[in-house]
Amino acid sequence: MTAKPVPVPTPETQPFWDGCSAGELRLQRCADCGRPYFYPRPVCPACGSRNVEWFTASGRATLYSYVINHRPAPGFEDKAPYAIAVVELEEGPRMMTNIVGLPATPEALELDMPLQVRFEPRGDVSLPVFGPLDPAKPAR
Amino acid sequence: MTGVIIAGAAETDQIGRLPDHSTLQLHVEGALNAVADAGLQLRDIDGIATVSAPGPVQVAHALGITPRWIDGTGVGGTSFLLHVRHAAAAIRAGYARTVLITHGESGRSRVGASRYRMEASSPVGQFEVPYGVFGPTTTFTIPALRYMKETGLTHEQLAYVAVAQRRWAAKNPRAAYRDPVTVEDVLASRMVAYPFHLLECCLVTDGGGALVVTSAERAGSFPKPAVYVLGTGESSETPMISQMEDFTESQAFRLAGRSAFDEARLGVADVDHLMIYDAFAHVPIYGLEALGFVGKGEAGAFIADGNTEPGGSLPLNTNGGGLSYTHTGMYGMFAIQEGVRQLRGEAAAQAGSPEISVILGNGGMFATAGVLVLGRHPR
Repeated sequence: MTAKPVPVPTPETQPFWDGCSAGELRLQRCADCGRPYFYPRPVCPACGSRNVEWFTASGRATLYSYVINHRPAPGFEDKAPYAIAVVELEEGPRMMTNIVGLPATPEALELDMPLQVRFEPRGDVSLPVFGPLDPAKPAR
Repeated sequence: MTGVIIAGAAETDQIGRLPDHSTLQLHVEGALNAVADAGLQLRDIDGIATVSAPGPVQVAHALGITPRWIDGTGVGGTSFLLHVRHAAAAIRAGYARTVLITHGESGRSRVGASRYRMEASSPVGQFEVPYGVFGPTTTFTIPALRYMKETGLTHEQLAYVAVAQRRWAAKNPRAAYRDPVTVEDVLASRMVAYPFHLLECCLVTDGGGALVVTSAERAGSFPKPAVYVLGTGESSETPMISQMEDFTESQAFRLAGRSAFDEARLGVADVDHLMIYDAFAHVPIYGLEALGFVGKGEAGAFIADGNTEPGGSLPLNTNGGGLSYTHTGMYGMFAIQEGVRQLRGEAAAQAGSPEISVILGNGGMFATAGVLVLGRHPR
């Protein structure tokens, strides 16, 4: 089976992937206008400032939208059908992800349900994925 | 301001499955047909526009054209609408007199086609591809569930988009799928990416087409009736579906539409015929709302009530669309071709005698948009 695709960091995104390897979801925000944003880039998309900083996000999110994919991408044959989702992070930005720990069914995946980040090893990086809130392990 | 017309328009001899045509040959065949349709010779062409791969240099060279104006804008399936817009500006500026815009794509047979791949270090390669996305069926479709929750659009209404377009395709001998379908048939077709079933996803075909664009001062000197380019618009929103600002509406569709209608000094009430790029069944819904034909959340019911099918008040996707007619990958050229045919009165499923046809093209996954307001007469 083909290996799943592994993201290759660039200098601008390396801190994000370093965070994932350390078990933290790190985002950027503008030090001038205060707005957090994703994907990583060294300029604020809201005001154009280069004065941006990294911070560790809560890892909490809600399910914004998704599809349940029945035609697996190369490397995902054993996963199909699987959910490709977009989550809205507690801090506001949205990101694509996979949903883990829940069946890939419309019944199990309710829009706006609370989710929490987890990290899945992928090649030499860790990939942020999202699953149900774990009451035994409160979010940091 | 100098008017601009589409003087020639044609598709390849055949569309569908053409394993004996390379991508380049599809461009060439479409180009020859369009130039002949305009009653011109290749030596009359002094401007060339097409998407990269094979690109304007290759297409011009293959045809023996030495251009003095080139546009290689490649922003997905709507690129050809942008080429018309850019050609109109170039003709007004005197940079070109007669522009040839070509499309060819061996989308199904993949003969002489470039390989689709995303760099693992690009933003989409880092932040979307690792999650098992596999082409447009897994990305373009993601906003739909959010739209359904926010507006109450039902699965049956989404399925009806395919039903309505099949009714147009039934009248079109060139359409790939012509047999009538019901909502039940659509919902019973294979699940591709929930909530999208096979019949809610576009075809994948081989084909091409081309346009000849020139100054309206020359209207009347071509074999076919001139089609006037009355207004044009373009915009872009996001290279990644996950970063679309609001999953219930397309900013790019809205902005491109506003530019085109403003330039034409027309409103939606003036529109007799409409083409909205339909890679998937939800796209016409987003398009109808972004252009202002209906209010937010109303498009699903508008289509399900029969307004856009044969006999309805707003004929939409009258060739059968990407869902039933053809979809090579960059469908925009075919949407323009059908608008031209309708205004000339030569469409297979002719929708009366439209004065104004509007074309909305999409590029990527709600990434880019182009809009053309075309007319039977100058304004």
